[in-house]
Amino acid sequence: MYNETTHDGHAAHDEHDHHGPAKGLMRWVTTTNHKDIGTLYLWLSFTMLLYGGSMAMVIRLELFQPGLQWVEPHFFNQMTTMHGLVMVFGAIMPAFVGLANWLIPIMIGAPDMALPRMNNWSFWILPFAFAMLASTTLMESGAPAFGWTFYAPLSTTFAPDSTDFFIFAVHLMGISSVMGAINVIATILNMRAPGMTLMKMPLFVWTWLITAYLLIAVMPVLAGAVTMMLTDRHFGTSFFDAAGGGDPVMFQHVFWFFGHPEVYIMILPAFGVISAIVPTFARKPLFGYSSMVYATASIAILSFMVWAHHMFTTGMPVAGELYFMYATILISVPTGVKVFNWVTTMWKGSMTFETPMLWALGFIVMFTIGGFSGLMLGVAPVDTQYHDTYFVVAHFHYVLVTGALYSIIAAFYYWVPKWTGHMYDEKLGKIHFWWSTIAVNVLFFPQHFLGLAGMPRRIPDYSLQFAEFNMISSIGGFAFGLAQVFFLYIVIKTIKGGPKASDRVWEGATGLEFEQLPSPPPYHSFTEAPVVK
Amino acid sequence: MFTCRCTDRRFPEQNAAVYSRELRMRLSKLTRRFSLVVTGLVAMLSMPVAQAAYQLNMTEGVSPISKELYSLHMIVFWICVVIGLVVFAAMAWSIIHHRKSKGAVAANFHESTKVEIIWTVVPLLILIGIAIPATGTLLDLEDAKTNADITVQVTGIQWKWKYTFVDDDVSFISSLAQSSRDVIKDPTGNEHYLLEVDKPLVLPVGKKIRFLFHSNDVIHAWWVPALAVKQDSIPGFINDSWALIEEPGIYRGQCAELCGKDHGFMPIVVNAVSEPEYKEWLAGMQAEAAAAAASASEEWSMQDLVAHGETIYQANCSACHGPTGAGIPGAFPAMTGSAIVNGDAAAHIDIVVNGKAGTAMGAFKNQLNDVDIAAVITYERNSLGNSVGDTVQPSAIKNAR
Repeated sequence: MYNETTHDGHAAHDEHDHHGPAKGLMRWVTTTNHKDIGTLYLWLSFTMLLYGGSMAMVIRLELFQPGLQWVEPHFFNQMTTMHGLVMVFGAIMPAFVGLANWLIPIMIGAPDMALPRMNNWSFWILPFAFAMLASTTLMESGAPAFGWTFYAPLSTTFAPDSTDFFIFAVHLMGISSVMGAINVIATILNMRAPGMTLMKMPLFVWTWLITAYLLIAVMPVLAGAVTMMLTDRHFGTSFFDAAGGGDPVMFQHVFWFFGHPEVYIMILPAFGVISAIVPTFARKPLFGYSSMVYATASIAILSFMVWAHHMFTTGMPVAGELYFMYATILISVPTGVKVFNWVTTMWKGSMTFETPMLWALGFIVMFTIGGFSGLMLGVAPVDTQYHDTYFVVAHFHYVLVTGALYSIIAAFYYWVPKWTGHMYDEKLGKIHFWWSTIAVNVLFFPQHFLGLAGMPRRIPDYSLQFAEFNMISSIGGFAFGLAQVFFLYIVIKTIKGGPKASDRVWEGATGLEFEQLPSPPPYHSFTEAPVVK
Repeated sequence: MFTCRCTDRRFPEQNAAVYSRELRMRLSKLTRRFSLVVTGLVAMLSMPVAQAAYQLNMTEGVSPISKELYSLHMIVFWICVVIGLVVFAAMAWSIIHHRKSKGAVAANFHESTKVEIIWTVVPLLILIGIAIPATGTLLDLEDAKTNADITVQVTGIQWKWKYTFVDDDVSFISSLAQSSRDVIKDPTGNEHYLLEVDKPLVLPVGKKIRFLFHSNDVIHAWWVPALAVKQDSIPGFINDSWALIEEPGIYRGQCAELCGKDHGFMPIVVNAVSEPEYKEWLAGMQAEAAAAAASASEEWSMQDLVAHGETIYQANCSACHGPTGAGIPGAFPAMTGSAIVNGDAAAHIDIVVNGKAGTAMGAFKNQLNDVDIAAVITYERNSLGNSVGDTVQPSAIKNAR
């Protein structure tokens, strides 16, 4: 719904026969434009990153030294829970949906997303969902304190009253995700420019197509899990209550049937981003495009078949443990193919190291480290010793922070000149990268040692033998947190101004958005379909 | 308080070197151009490593399974290191040699079915190589039933452990030692802070011990790294695991599954001793239980009940209801001024003995004996800001069961 009547006389000056956005706040509330909605998603994500990050700061502050100095254990548990929920559902997932909104139409030569009004709705649900979730911290009982995995019965019989707000917030997030995913699929399958066959699509579009199917498959499972919690809490059912004939372990099966595909939802689009950036700065086409597509699809399919590797200590039958171990370590094959392909793309290239490339290289190295610890965790007998320790914490932060988050930051630096028409400050971008990369390793690498030495996760206090590495980790944590505030400054500076970016932006850039659109692109790009050779 | 008689197990120093070498390698790969900065950082990190106070690796442990797990862990770790070396070396080579600033001109190859098949099949073979020993180890790990000498039932309770020697009629609760509770604001100097308990679990060396895990409330996980036992204790389920302790010593661990507010404060201490010492301890425990049963039929004075009740309260009740009885508003009710505590004694006894369904208040009849429950109720009614003035005798608890 584009309301030209609200324009203030400048409407006549719109270039390319396109009208521009409406003015004022209502532009953002009523917008159905994929670029506006992409921007909204990205800002929501950044806000949530800083919100979830501030909770991480509380966690690292309390863990800075042994003893309880700053917060009570009950509040500490609220922090770990909310940190996890906010980062997963608020920072990482919306960031990728924002990138999808901004990029998919301009990558496939479409004028907008296929379902623009639903697009508006799927975004605007989220601020309400997160407001509802965040409000629990102000309630008398405190926020949910049972970990982002909310295992029953801690999250049912033993949970604070605020849990019901959490349940409905998760429902809303799920509705938003499913609508976003439907939109992505409808757009990709219906709105590609003539000649843009599936096997010519940029890998980012491919990874998002597959991710969208994962979302549609598993978000309803999550909704089912929280609904069963709700009825257990209030309507006398006993899905997860052993005393009523229910099964607390079934909760974990249901949760991880959602939860494991969920981790791939957070990493597959990242693979797409890296597969766009590396060829540009190696000035060489992506090695093994079709094997990248097949590897992504196999990872997605395997992701449905490995969920119980999160449950090796729950007392599963041996046959089950063996199956889940074999299936899990099998995932490292397609994941390895991806890393090998990226490295081979660089091989005999003509490489330069602008900021987006630095973040992409950081991604490849540190995501691979996270992949190695993932392989170790997949080996069931030793997982019984790694399970629920800081080794796991280190592992998933290497794949989610230096993996997913790094790819999002890389994507920002790579596409922001296209989006705004302004080059970011290269020097500040590089400082941001090196500052973050040193800090993040000081933060998370020692956590491997802590876990192996026997420190369980989710504890507000620890014995003296863990003191040194916790202090080092906390220092890294504060430095990494500060680096992202610095990032906020870079983002605002770039939006406000900067050297004019060329249409191509990068010497080696390929794809419709760089080859056929100006920087910044018009409010409605591709009103006439481009020709794809 | 329980004191330590022998040192905890340390990792072999060799592995410290392995990890620190790998850390250095990975960091320097990533940041070659900024090698000066990185060298400084690594030096900062590895200097304390030399003092060996920083444990870097898993313990090798003292049971056949823990040793098997340790070697499997090291095998997989080294495989990862080798693959990592190859991948990162190739990457580093490209970054150094195939850069535009050195005049590199991009090649244009972008496909090779042969190469793709190789790097699908080779990792697959490596995985099979990992899966074979892993399968063997897993089968050993899961074989708790065969030839177990002693069965110990472990019950997770928010936030303490109950141990029951099924064949010897010994049962007791083990919770965080008062010496740790006292220094929670500043634990400096308490070597085993948060890893010490009031009553350790005593086990004989050289016997196969089968553990049965169960929970009273939420899911907990009993974890002692040196025994390589980590198993969830789940309400409604009985899981098992086993250990054969090869060396006498004190082995410490903690709950590993988030189980609520004091998840970080439910440690485990296993004291492995020779068989005669174990028998002696068992006899001592049985005598203690008999004495407690005898004292339950006596009439206790208010003073004795309150004094004993305070110990029981701090170990069992203070985590939720607060050391001073203030509770946690919105989560756990206060003792001070509570209607139940200040009301009819029968209702007070009922809630402690039978718990309150649908809440975190558990039934203490299976955790505490008559004297303990009588004492703690009397303490609550006459302390923590309450002054009802009556006593509750152990005989009243016996009748309420």
